Amino acid sequence: MPFPFWITGVPFSWYLILSAVLFTLGVAGFLFRRNIITVFMSIELMLNAVNLSFVAFSYKLGQNDGHIFSFFVMVVAAAEAAVGLAIILTVFKNRQTLEIDEVSSLKN
Amino acid sequence: MNIANFLPSSAEYVRILPEIILTLVAVLIMFLEAVLKDNQKGFFPGLSIVGLVGAGAGALIAWGDPGPAFQNMLTIDGFATFFRLLVIGVGILVIFSSADYLRREGSPGGEYYALILFSIAGQSIMASANELIMIFIGLEISSIASYILAGYLRTDSRNNESALKYFLLGSFATAFLLYGVAWIYGITGSTNLSLIHQSLASASGSTALATAAAALLFVGFAFKISAVPFQTWAPDVYQGAPAPVTAFLTVGPKAAAFAILLRVFLTAFAPITAAWMPLVWGVALATMTVGNFAAILQSNVKRLLAYSSIAHAGYVLVAVTAHSGDGSAAAMFYLAAYALTNIGAFSVVAYFSRKGEQFVAVDDFAGLAQRQPGMAAMLTIFLLSLIGVPLTGGFFGKFYIFKAALDAHLVWLTVLGLLNSAAAAYYYLRLLVVMYFKEPGEAAENLPNPGAALRVAVYASAVGTLLLGIFPGWVLDFASKAALR
Repeated sequence: MPFPFWITGVPFSWYLILSAVLFTLGVAGFLFRRNIITVFMSIELMLNAVNLSFVAFSYKLGQNDGHIFSFFVMVVAAAEAAVGLAIILTVFKNRQTLEIDEVSSLKN
Repeated sequence: MNIANFLPSSAEYVRILPEIILTLVAVLIMFLEAVLKDNQKGFFPGLSIVGLVGAGAGALIAWGDPGPAFQNMLTIDGFATFFRLLVIGVGILVIFSSADYLRREGSPGGEYYALILFSIAGQSIMASANELIMIFIGLEISSIASYILAGYLRTDSRNNESALKYFLLGSFATAFLLYGVAWIYGITGSTNLSLIHQSLASASGSTALATAAAALLFVGFAFKISAVPFQTWAPDVYQGAPAPVTAFLTVGPKAAAFAILLRVFLTAFAPITAAWMPLVWGVALATMTVGNFAAILQSNVKRLLAYSSIAHAGYVLVAVTAHSGDGSAAAMFYLAAYALTNIGAFSVVAYFSRKGEQFVAVDDFAGLAQRQPGMAAMLTIFLLSLIGVPLTGGFFGKFYIFKAALDAHLVWLTVLGLLNSAAAAYYYLRLLVVMYFKEPGEAAENLPNPGAALRVAVYASAVGTLLLGIFPGWVLDFASKAALR
């Protein structure tokens, strides 16, 4: 009788499935949530899902490249958060709203 | 293992000379912005131009000793040099066209010039990247600086909205790109483009997964080049951003994104060409068609040019679909011609829109030819080049692209592309008609003469557009030698 996963270790494919689920949740959040901060958090969720994939693949391949890549992703995500939150702040100052549907003055 | 093997040689530093110069000058400008008094800051545009010219010279020096740098992270070849020089040239023209604009809008900060230089440094890295990590980092350096530039006038709510949309959609696209990179890494065990090529060429059976990963990467690139169905952000962002920044966004980041698209798909993904080609075929056609037909409906000039920029991305995608050396050279030539033309057109729009960009409707251009015949004539050259009339760079750009497509047996795509460019003539000509044959309205009242820097940007772009149309061989020879195949 095969041992259950908490004895043999979590199967590799589960990491990828979890990563895909998190990424899909991020996409869904981006598309369907209407608060700018929540939309921004959804993007962060997608980036972290990608990091999970990188680390899992890196472990599977026995290399360090994926770990290093995930560090770069974190650094860039931090830089993006700094700029992004500043942009969101200026939008809020000018419009007093964080609803994405109300930020739509640009049209034909 | 000897640690000295991991230290970069001095030749490798020479190969990233343009990026080093751009970054140093940008940091210097940020430093001076903090320590100098407001009345001492007038030299920032000049300093940026010096930095850009230095970076251009650096790119030529680097080209004198081509080869890989930093463990194959970057590769300096003709292709990289072409795009480096292109984005640096774009930077010079944009700074000329920005200086007057920023003074008029009362916001002549040094950070604007620093951000342009940082963004160009990122694009220059993209042009020479040979590794998915470098592509990602270059793309983000370029993008993060562009997000801020799009919202540069931060009390203007149009600028805010433009920056917000650019930021959200841009980061969303980056996540897709990264997910594609993760899967490519998992499938091939490497992020180096040459190693990915080897692995895909020798692998059997895993093409389906590799194609899915390539598709995710393509989604990321498609956002950056504003290809349909990922173009929805482009009209809003290009309309809302300050006009010189829009000029920059429609050509600089786009040219660099095409550079990495060409490099990744023509080198790393060459073994799975049969799988990705139909996808790019469809996107190219959809991009041309949606861009052109939506542009016909626009009444705002910036928005019209935004849709036109989407359509032009579609033409370049036709060249990518051809996946040949000729196609790659045609795409390079087209991007150069389009860069000159579009910066010129947006510079005229920036000048004409007046303070706060009040006058950007097509009808506001009525009678411009009577008030400012010189500027109107220049805008005419740019619009004719966008249509693709002979004697302008746009003509040869389209000619080479459709010739490469025919050589690659893409007959239907060529026919539909030509029909598209015929339909596109309508909205460009409408602007010309308004400009020449309508009586001047309120917008043309008391129009001040354009400043010297703006005139340099407009005339230099016009001369470049005409030179590319009369002597296309100069640039095309370089592009053909440098093309990826």
